[in-house]
Amino acid sequence: MMTREAAISLLIAAGLLAAPLLGNAFDEPFVITLATKVAILGLAGTGLNIALGYGGMVSLGHAAFFGLGGYVAGILASHALNYEPLFTAPLLVEGTTQMLIIWPVAIVVSGVAALVIGALSLRTTGVFFIMITLAFAQMVYYFAISWPAYGGEDGLSIYIRNEFPGLNTLNPLHFFAICYVLLILAIGLSFLLSQSRFGLALNGARQNAQRLATVGISPFRVKLTAFVISGMMAGLAGALYADLNRFVSPSMLSWHTSGEIMVFVILGGTRRLFGPTAGAALYIVLENTLGDVSEHWLLLLGALLVALVLFARGGVIGILAGQPRHA
Amino acid sequence: MTVSLIVEQLLNGLQFGFMLFLMAAGLTLIFGVMGLINLAHGSFYMIGAFACAAVAAATGSYWVGLAASLAAAAAAGALVEVAVIRRLYRRDHLDQVLATFALILVFSEGTRWVFGSFPLYLTVPDFLSGPVALPGGIDYPLFRFAIILIGLVIAGGLFLLIARTRLGIRIRAGESDREMIAALGVDIRKLYTTVFAIGAALAGLAGALVGTIQSVQVGMGEPVLILAFVVIIIGGLGSIVGALVSAILVGLADTLGRFLLPVAFDTFMDSSTANNVGSALASMLIYILMALVLFLRPTGLFGTRAH
Amino acid sequence: MPEPILQTEKLSKRFGAVVASDAVTLDLVPGEIHALIGPNGAGKSTVIKQIAGEIRQDSGSIRFAGRDIDRLDMVARAQLGLARTFQVSSVAPEFSGLQNVMLAVQSVERKTFRFLRPALKDKPLMTQAMAHLERLLLDDRAHVRAGDMSHGERRALEIAIALALKPKAFLLDEPMAGMGPENTAKLIEILDDLRAEAPILLVEHDMDAVFALADRISVIVYGRIIASGTPEEIRANEEVRGAYLGDEGHDGAA
Repeated sequence: MMTREAAISLLIAAGLLAAPLLGNAFDEPFVITLATKVAILGLAGTGLNIALGYGGMVSLGHAAFFGLGGYVAGILASHALNYEPLFTAPLLVEGTTQMLIIWPVAIVVSGVAALVIGALSLRTTGVFFIMITLAFAQMVYYFAISWPAYGGEDGLSIYIRNEFPGLNTLNPLHFFAICYVLLILAIGLSFLLSQSRFGLALNGARQNAQRLATVGISPFRVKLTAFVISGMMAGLAGALYADLNRFVSPSMLSWHTSGEIMVFVILGGTRRLFGPTAGAALYIVLENTLGDVSEHWLLLLGALLVALVLFARGGVIGILAGQPRHA
Repeated sequence: MTVSLIVEQLLNGLQFGFMLFLMAAGLTLIFGVMGLINLAHGSFYMIGAFACAAVAAATGSYWVGLAASLAAAAAAGALVEVAVIRRLYRRDHLDQVLATFALILVFSEGTRWVFGSFPLYLTVPDFLSGPVALPGGIDYPLFRFAIILIGLVIAGGLFLLIARTRLGIRIRAGESDREMIAALGVDIRKLYTTVFAIGAALAGLAGALVGTIQSVQVGMGEPVLILAFVVIIIGGLGSIVGALVSAILVGLADTLGRFLLPVAFDTFMDSSTANNVGSALASMLIYILMALVLFLRPTGLFGTRAH
Repeated sequence: MPEPILQTEKLSKRFGAVVASDAVTLDLVPGEIHALIGPNGAGKSTVIKQIAGEIRQDSGSIRFAGRDIDRLDMVARAQLGLARTFQVSSVAPEFSGLQNVMLAVQSVERKTFRFLRPALKDKPLMTQAMAHLERLLLDDRAHVRAGDMSHGERRALEIAIALALKPKAFLLDEPMAGMGPENTAKLIEILDDLRAEAPILLVEHDMDAVFALADRISVIVYGRIIASGTPEEIRANEEVRGAYLGDEGHDGAA
């Protein structure tokens, strides 16, 4: 029998798929853009959920990986469009507009960044971990601002959306389909991870790191691995987000972005497979409805979030599924 | 490059360091006593600056404005503590982070609502404007010099408060043993509200002073907040001495790095590249410093407690 | 006597002015239960923590399984075959008993970094974990959250986890603490069997259990071992009677 959470998850997946199709049918292209945004931000949140939800690592620095993924897309595309190689020595590296090349590069770059930041941050826990991930992301942010080669503070435009073989990425529906499939794949991967031996160790590390060490499994290695996987997903999401907006700027790297990705995860419910996607959807719907009510919609959102933390724990899916967080 | 230029940068670094200390001291007190991570601490910095700008403009007196910055930030701190923060002490850090992140949205957007999106400017009061002549024939802006002195006085006052007063004893007791202090019959709620308000007031004062030499705008608190985090990470959590030493270290490193690195790179690069590389590196310098401390001494320079 | 599997050589540790261990030298030989007893605060747990690698000694050294382990951390020592239980139960509270033991089984197999296959569908992994729970009479509680188990069940679960590590030595820190007489009797029987698999360094307050189980007893007072020998020798030792057993009586539960 299907659990209530599984039913809700299916509903979210179907709803997110239906929205752009309806938007297309009723000639509301804006709806397609919003749905694409939900899919991409949901992907970033799904990544963070691995670190924050399953691993208990409260990272307030995932904007670094999200933004780096974005810059990879922007930088590779700009070099391709200018016919200017990135490097000539020791070997010739040219830009590209192929998503199938951009994504792996984005994943590797953000993964390496997560490895370095994670290895340093995981020397500590608790509040220190939060502050350190935040600080390192800020470092990347300031670097992007002060490094003028790729637009500095002004950011970098991607004049033509990058390409995917067999699809027309400039068609909003096609681009949505790409993002949607990647989101579902990432959620599927999260599911497998959470059920695997590694997931068992990761969940164990969250609950009791000392217990894990006592049975001879290094909590550090387990958590670091999860942090890198988490950063990689955020990086892929960043590359897609850059293509959605056809623009990258330091704001993708800002601490505000980190906070937002975290809000998606908690709003939807940590350790829920579709939690981050539900959270991102809710956030974007709120942004667009509250935004119509008042230009100061962030004030309402802030108050709503405070109320949510104080009075409703377990996130939206937790409330709907009517059950406590599971392991 | 002249000696006076270097001295000026040194003093700028000191001034920056003391302002960071005002922020970091409040954060570390609040964490030490209540075990709370407060992302909204930067909002008190902003509130202090806006209160000072608004009141100074209305009354024509900078000093009334400065007093208002302390009062407004302390009041906002006490109010938030009673309404929201108090319910978070027993929650995990994740809830604290989310709730205080949400409070930033409330404060920033609320301030934007009241004051609009354009920055406000404060004027340096007459008798603190102009330069001060330092030994060696160096001219330095008097107001910045005054900020250093104010920082010094507040740091001293804070140490006295913690070492000598009844409130200080309670703060120290609260840091070492929360149950003990309740058993001693201290009204712990009042203590927490007081500590939170003091932390907020320090941040508010820093905001007003820095707002006077820069500008007063929404969101001005967050970059400073993150720097204050860096200060705490380097200094060690819960240590006021650590916060002071590390704040000055960070203030000096950041200021001198921005000034000296481009010059240093200029000696072996062409000057536009040197400027780019130098300033990019300077913007990352204190984070590199933080990474180094973490690598060598994960508990921070003065931190003893395991986190 | 056979070659010891575990040896500490003059372990010392101070916390400020307090001497927690003072030149503690002891060993553990295959097949035995070596009990470490002493009044509260005598430094028994500190010895366990130093051997397990949770705290580092200020001086002295530890040899285990034929090598020096002073520089190894907790994880590496566990991998070498040191299985430890805690004075206050330390398990993953949201996991079932089975999941807690599965962690240990997959650790021994060195197969933690497997990302895709569901662990709960891994038959060999489950069967092994279940077998260890059965040993501790916990098989009917296998699917209960560890956090929802009774105190006694959690103590037994820790031993099942230790067993799953297929260790070369057990370090058990007060396994009977807080257990009723019936469960204590069962546990005595289980530990009695266990020593054939790997020797046990047993810290315990329950003197009945200690004298029923121990092949050797060392008495630690103020961080220093004041006597070491067979249960009979310890019972007869004047210094021990004066310092420790004297004021409590050796047959009363301390």
